Amino acid sequence: MNAGASKSRAETGLWLAQRLAAGVLAVAVVVHLGVIITAIQGGLSAAEIIGRLRGNTAWFAFYLVFAAAAAIHAPIGLRTILGEMTPLPPRLIGLLMAGFGLLLALMGWQAIYGLYAFRPLE
Amino acid sequence: MTAMLEVSVWRGREEGAFVSYAVPARRSQTVLDVITHIQRRLDASLSYRFACRVGMCGSCAMTVNGKPQWTCRAPVSEVAPSGKLTIQPLRNLKVIKDLSVDMTTFFDKWARAGGAFKPALGRPTAGVGGDFAAVKPASRARRAADAAIECIGCGVCYAACDVAAWNRDYLGPAALNRAWSLVNDVRDGARRERLAAIAGDAGCYACHSQQGCTEHCPKHLNPTASIAGLKRASAWAWLTGKP
Ligand code: SF4
Ligand code: SF4
Ligand code: FES
Repeated sequence: MNAGASKSRAETGLWLAQRLAAGVLAVAVVVHLGVIITAIQGGLSAAEIIGRLRGNTAWFAFYLVFAAAAAIHAPIGLRTILGEMTPLPPRLIGLLMAGFGLLLALMGWQAIYGLYAFRPLE
Repeated sequence: MTAMLEVSVWRGREEGAFVSYAVPARRSQTVLDVITHIQRRLDASLSYRFACRVGMCGSCAMTVNGKPQWTCRAPVSEVAPSGKLTIQPLRNLKVIKDLSVDMTTFFDKWARAGGAFKPALGRPTAGVGGDFAAVKPASRARRAADAAIECIGCGVCYAACDVAAWNRDYLGPAALNRAWSLVNDVRDGARRERLAAIAGDAGCYACHSQQGCTEHCPKHLNPTASIAGLKRASAWAWLTGKP
């Protein structure tokens, strides 16, 4: 495969990944907003959030997927914006965005795991 | 006394300046009439391009009061009711002189987008080396090709496109629209190469779908829809592994 064709394949793959992640986000954001709106009725407390998420495998899985979708979707979009608006070389942008996506995923997952496996300090 | 139009015209190349001219207002006057008046009566050194004067050739495209359009189809009464005109060359293309632009990059991009028909030799529908191609007028592919095929290469859409302004390599709406009409041509045999050519980082995925091209195309074509079609076709090829 020549360089042009593999570049085309990469662009197509990124585009597809971003669309698929957008599909996941569309559902996840609606669920997330619904939970926020119902949860704050009657006040919001840390205890309540922990009560809902701690040890709950379904919510844990949901937020893992949610964070992964955000970590895929955002850097691909930001990559385009940086490519159009800054003189940075495409290779550097690609590396920066791979790092950014990884950071988003790790931060998101770490927060979710923290709530799932929450142990109060003695 | 005749009412006068206040006309500001770009003179020079990439570097240059606006020069003001007073042109008598006339009934049913087009912007091209105004430019012709300046060139014939006021300053013979003004360079511009036109041919048919009736919206057939597309060579008279310029930027009038900020919008790319065919000057021969732009009535002054509609585009400048106040009587003030600012006329510039088309955006995103190199200026040769005054209002004439160099269309070379524009058409080179058609070639890069696989804009040439490559007959599929040996196929029953080829129409070359075999029988005449039988393409059903009502088929989906034929209708998609029809919708894109009336482009006359005027460059208005290309001048309207912001992505073409930001990314010098972007193939642009007209070239991609052409590629889409060929992707839908069942007699064509270069689908794989064409899809590879249009899916690169300066191809269909760079399009923001905000429809500046569609809004301005004087032929009322919809390059944005063609580009969306290319995105789908190449994504499908990526998923299935076949073109
Ligand atoms: S798509 Fe429309 S605006 Fe663009 S070159 Fe063709 S005719 Fe002109
Ligand atoms: S829809 Fe795409 S091709 Fe058309 S003007 Fe916008 S970015 Fe350019
Ligand atoms: S001069 Fe031919 S389209 Fe305007």
